[in-house]
Amino acid sequence: RTQSLIRFGQCGNQVGCRFWDLALREHAHVNKKGIYDEALSSFFQNAVLVDMEEGVLSEVLQGPLRQLFSTTQLISDVSGSGNNWAVGHHSYGSVYREQIVDQVRRAAEQCDCLQCFFIIHSMGGGTGSGLGTRVLKLLEDEFPEVCRLVTAVYPSAEDDVITSPYNSVLAMRELTEHADCVLPIENQSLVDIVSKIQHMAHTGKPGSVIKKDSTIISGQGGVAKTEKPFDAMNNIVANLLLNITSSARFEGSLNMDLNEIAMNLVPFPRLHYLVSSLTPLYTLADVNIPTRRLDQMFTDAFSKDHQLMRADPKHNLYLACALMLRGNVQLSDLRRNIERLRPTLSFVQWNTEGWKTGLCSVPPVGHTHSLLALANNTCVKPSFMELRERFVRLYRKKAHLHHYLGVDGMDVSGFSEALSSLTGLIDQYSQLDSTNTAPSQDPPRLNIAC
Amino acid sequence: MSVVTVQLGQCGNQIGPELFSTVYEDSTGAGRKTYQESSRERFFWETSDGVLVARSVLVDMEPKVISQAVAKASKSGKWRYGEKAHFCQKQGSGNNWANGYCVHGPRHKESVEDLVRREVERCDRLAGIFAMMSVAGGTGSGVGTFVTQCLRDMYPQAFILNHLTWPYGTGEVIVQNYNSVLTLSRLYQLSDALVVHENDTVHKICSRLMNIKHISIGDINKVIAHQLGSVLQPAYTGDSPSNYSRNPIGELLSSLVCHPEYKLLSLCNIPQMSHTSLAYSAYTWPGLLKHLRQMLIANARMEEGAFKDPALYVPWLPPDGTFSLWNSPVPFNGYEKSASLVSNSQSLLKPLDNMVRKAWNMFVSRAYMHQYTKFGISEDDFLDSFTTLEQIISSYSHL
Repeated sequence: RTQSLIRFGQCGNQVGCRFWDLALREHAHVNKKGIYDEALSSFFQNAVLVDMEEGVLSEVLQGPLRQLFSTTQLISDVSGSGNNWAVGHHSYGSVYREQIVDQVRRAAEQCDCLQCFFIIHSMGGGTGSGLGTRVLKLLEDEFPEVCRLVTAVYPSAEDDVITSPYNSVLAMRELTEHADCVLPIENQSLVDIVSKIQHMAHTGKPGSVIKKDSTIISGQGGVAKTEKPFDAMNNIVANLLLNITSSARFEGSLNMDLNEIAMNLVPFPRLHYLVSSLTPLYTLADVNIPTRRLDQMFTDAFSKDHQLMRADPKHNLYLACALMLRGNVQLSDLRRNIERLRPTLSFVQWNTEGWKTGLCSVPPVGHTHSLLALANNTCVKPSFMELRERFVRLYRKKAHLHHYLGVDGMDVSGFSEALSSLTGLIDQYSQLDSTNTAPSQDPPRLNIAC
Repeated sequence: MSVVTVQLGQCGNQIGPELFSTVYEDSTGAGRKTYQESSRERFFWETSDGVLVARSVLVDMEPKVISQAVAKASKSGKWRYGEKAHFCQKQGSGNNWANGYCVHGPRHKESVEDLVRREVERCDRLAGIFAMMSVAGGTGSGVGTFVTQCLRDMYPQAFILNHLTWPYGTGEVIVQNYNSVLTLSRLYQLSDALVVHENDTVHKICSRLMNIKHISIGDINKVIAHQLGSVLQPAYTGDSPSNYSRNPIGELLSSLVCHPEYKLLSLCNIPQMSHTSLAYSAYTWPGLLKHLRQMLIANARMEEGAFKDPALYVPWLPPDGTFSLWNSPVPFNGYEKSASLVSNSQSLLKPLDNMVRKAWNMFVSRAYMHQYTKFGISEDDFLDSFTTLEQIISSYSHL
């Protein structure tokens, strides 16, 4: 049972590299005999790497992971997409369409059973965002029954790419319509998390020293020897992917696989944006973890400081929530914490006990246990509204529009439709929020003649 | 008389091996030859090399749990699963009943039927088929329902007993109530009886009675296996007072399921305690039975022979049809004395009602409907299921 990983653009490929590196490290930890065990090998065969300029991909080919990939798995061009979604989506989309589909098909045929496509890209650029979403549509057409899970990195407001709001909103429309599940990540959140950890590591209080090296942000022990900037942030995203796939790679008493995530967390087709949080983000020097610390982990998972997006699920409305627990943690710990936290959270009226839970026995490297929380929650609304604001500010002035409209296949309706798609999505979240204020009574039951 | 077990989905394939281990250990420690023979015959067959093989078919839509079950049994060196007795796929059912019932079930119908047929034909006499599954997920519930239907078609005269594990009320799977409703409504017509264990109840047994601090899924499964074992192991019954019963499932059904409207059975078993306390306890029969009756109806007045009290039972059953006593001279599973009560009563009414209420709430908002309709289960199918269950709830309420 395998997943195919397709990485687009600079972001996607860099995160992807961290993922492979950390995955290797995780499996090496578990499988002392060799680093290439069966579960992991299926991941590597099935990767397709796409970028429209050479820099990042050639690093992969020259880097320490180069033996894991063959050149056929990499598809690239030379000049890049110039941070232009239309170039990525329409121009390169048409040129490389067949090659990409072929490569994916070849990877798919290698799988005993293809369960899911994992797609990673940023939203603000041109290749990841444009070509990535074009391929998303292709995957839906060619492999309609295979789940499409997208990890999308959203730009921060201070992003240096001026047109990132255009690229993001144009891409979002595709994600809303063609992805099964999207995990939005915001660069700003990753920056905040990394700086907080580094701050803690440097100003540690006695008795609670943070181990600098075995943190979620460090790739130490992995194959790549030197760490580059952005590595720390990319490591976090890679860890997210490791946690989501842990049930597929290791055993556990309550398995939770990707199809189950897509099923349980998506009550309505378009509302499939899931906020993720990871704990712990650092390892404490003391190894004995009393129960109190375990419970703290659960509390942290719901705090806004641990979300990979600027969002506060605790103070908004949950449609559904999934918890994946890894390590030597028992069922009773899980149940106790759900009962403890449940009264502090708001769930939509028709899903008051909407928890999906999973237990995997193998923890991440350097930790005795970890928790991943995925929330379908209206807290995404403010981020989406902010994005729409930034889009509208540019669009109103028709700034930079000509770069896009000059591309074959792109016209103004693309922009207006993308905008109304985003507006519609925001409205759906607003409607749900409004149900939260009304006092809830159970709807009348079915009446049967006795 | 042999029982063929069908283990379905993760839950069925986790409890199944615990059940076989329990009955194996119990029959080994017994020291009574006839008990051991009868129990072995019921659950295992023997190869020419003297290896005990479980009379079981393992079905799942992903391989990990079955591999673990098979490996664990082999490692024990005491019994194992048949080499070709399992069927699995790779992709799982995604907690989607419709995927299990409409896609996986039909796709693999022949393979599963072949496996069951082989086990059934191996039995000299079939006591019945025991299907084990959860109702919350996708395979146990969806594929399990489909398989039960096939079994009913294949063996219209056989006794089919379904063991169902109901999930924690505070959620293990978000769509668990949908999956449960779809399962229960159909199984009710297909199965002869539904033996139910609720995770919430078993969890309380582990924490309060057995004092387990960190309860794992293994702990839950062991308790369930213990309770099932106490009922399914050989016993002297009303019909067979001096030999171990040759028709255990049939007798169970005739004493408990007197009317097709009422098929929900719950189990309780005492004592349940941690192993450390076991050595220090002594029980008397009147004490145990008093306790059991207490568990059956809270606040009742206790007397000797308490179970014969007509006030406990519905007026439309003849008095000797209401209560049957089975016993066995052999101690069960390490307890010097133990007693189990299998009852067809209102004890499951509240959990059932809660389940239906939550499923209905979700249905009214049409949440998750697209996940089911894409595999072929329509809103009308849901409505039919709700109707069936409201009927069952109504019947039990009016007792």
